[in-house]
Amino acid sequence: MIEERFDAIVVGAGMAGNAAALTMAKRGMKVLQLERGEYSGSKNVQGAILYADMLEKLIPDFREEAPLERHLVEQRFWMLDDKSHVGLHYRSDDFNEEKPNRYTIIRAQFDKWFSSKVKEAGATVLCETTVTELAQDAYGKVIGVKTDRRDGEIHADVVVLAEGVNGLLGTRAGLRERPKPENVALAVKEMHFLPRETIEARFNLKGDEGAVIEAVGTISRGMTGMGFIYSNKECISLGIGCLVADFQKTGETPYGLLERFKQHPSVAPLIEGSEVKEYAAHLIPEGGYNAIPQLCGDGWVVVGDAAQLNNAVHREGSNLAMTSGRIAAEAIFQVKSRRDPMTKENLALYKKMLEDSFVIKDLKKYKDMPALLHNQSQNFFLTYPQLVSKAMQNFVRVDGTPKKEKESSTLRSFVNARSWTGLFGDAFRFARAWR
Amino acid sequence: MTTEVAVRVEDKLFYNRYLVDAGRAHIKVRPHTTPTPQLLSLLKACPARCYELNDKGQVEITADGCVECGTCRVIGEASGDIEWSYPRGGYGVLFKFG
Ligand SMILES: Cc1cc2nc3c(=O)[nH]c(=O)nc-3n(C[C@H](O)[C@H](O)[C@H](O)COP(=O)(O)OP(=O)(O)OC[C@H]3O[C@@H](n4cnc5c(N)ncnc54)[C@H](O)[C@@H]3O)c2cc1C
Ligand code: SF4
Repeated sequence: MIEERFDAIVVGAGMAGNAAALTMAKRGMKVLQLERGEYSGSKNVQGAILYADMLEKLIPDFREEAPLERHLVEQRFWMLDDKSHVGLHYRSDDFNEEKPNRYTIIRAQFDKWFSSKVKEAGATVLCETTVTELAQDAYGKVIGVKTDRRDGEIHADVVVLAEGVNGLLGTRAGLRERPKPENVALAVKEMHFLPRETIEARFNLKGDEGAVIEAVGTISRGMTGMGFIYSNKECISLGIGCLVADFQKTGETPYGLLERFKQHPSVAPLIEGSEVKEYAAHLIPEGGYNAIPQLCGDGWVVVGDAAQLNNAVHREGSNLAMTSGRIAAEAIFQVKSRRDPMTKENLALYKKMLEDSFVIKDLKKYKDMPALLHNQSQNFFLTYPQLVSKAMQNFVRVDGTPKKEKESSTLRSFVNARSWTGLFGDAFRFARAWR
Repeated sequence: MTTEVAVRVEDKLFYNRYLVDAGRAHIKVRPHTTPTPQLLSLLKACPARCYELNDKGQVEITADGCVECGTCRVIGEASGDIEWSYPRGGYGVLFKFG
């Protein structure tokens, strides 16, 4: 056992863990952070869009030195059938502002930088160390961690579980359940390299401007899922994710979906001639509010993806991770400053503070969305995209059919596919889940 | 678009960097004679195609190309079909971009 004792041990050096470790170290606490990767970021996968506001709260001048790719000036939403896409694009010169709101990043590089800030703030960061178990006393109180290093047990007043979506340690210690197949999506992703100018020409960008595309439709073959195409400086991140339960049920392969997505006629020209340099896969928590486990207990708190804090509707995760990590750290610091013990009752301050933040408020707002999209996935991800594409084609194709006939044929195709009650029901259910 | 695309996962994994912890597999399949539906679904759901059927019709794992996503754990750990851990610190997949 390592004799040295810490105020806090943070498991994991992703977005949540780095935010927590940084916040506590800055307040002068004695922090040990453990990461199983070669360095912070070497195990982490994201699209990746970074939301500036949440990082600014931790590192106000991050724009001066963080490895950022492009600031986003354009967002595209695509609904795809096999050959077409219907798109909603929003582009604004307002986003060419002094302090842009959203950037693309490359996680392995970003996390490495973020981790350097944690070290600068005075935390001890130990990489290449896998935590194998939580150390608990006879009453079940968490008193530290066990690692795969020799003499691997280390003690602290509180353990911050920032171990990511799998929540392995929490499950092993009986503090939570393992994520369920219907509550997590498996995403696969590739990095496509192209010359800068080519990317800028294909996405209609100047300088460090960036554009991102989110795509739903027949690419997920009736499963609950989404594709994404994000522009970085010299590469394009492209990926697709669907619920694990749907993969299990349909027998579709993740790489098969990815390949078909890349071959879609709207997508292929964007990545044509690129050199692929990496293939990654990762889970995303998609169960929303109802899937959040216990957030704290005697001697521990859980933050970020490990707490399943992810807003699937808005594709926000890293910002919820950073915010929950920061808030947990502030709560712990308050408890410590009062010289109170790290009991479940005292640490409930974290839960209370998180409930008052956008994190829980947003997840509560969409609490019925995951189940709706999962149960109705055939309609929302297959039938409607096909119908909408047909309707658009009918609208734009000029072939001498009177417009009135065109409209009624479009309407007929919707009613035939979903019936009137089906259509109203879907609209109603969707509106209610959105509210 | 509806036709199946042939994909060689091995080619994709070839882009990646790994440090394999020889002789210490971090995932184990419970010995069985007939695989459960959960185990069978891993043949397709694993993004690195680590699971294969042997000549006896049993599911086997070779975790060298594993990208540590956790999908097989979510599907197969509850039923006891597999035992799942992360690799030892520093080993396994090493993402350059992520
Ligand atoms: C394909 C994809 C696209 C996404 N796109 C976006 C996006 O565009 N915008 C956005 O905001 N969010 C996005 N997300 C979600 C976002 O990536 C996550 O919400 C975020 O990374 C969560 O941060 P975290 O710190 O909780 O977990 P992670 O970043 O996963 O960090 C967990 C860390 O803990 C370490 N660890 C785990 N177990 C142990 C152990 N036992 N011992 C030691 N170390 C351990 C891991 O190595 C890792 O470094 C995306 C996710 C995916 C998969
Ligand atoms: S963790 Fe993911 S990549 Fe590794 S074997 Fe399981 S499903 Fe395959």
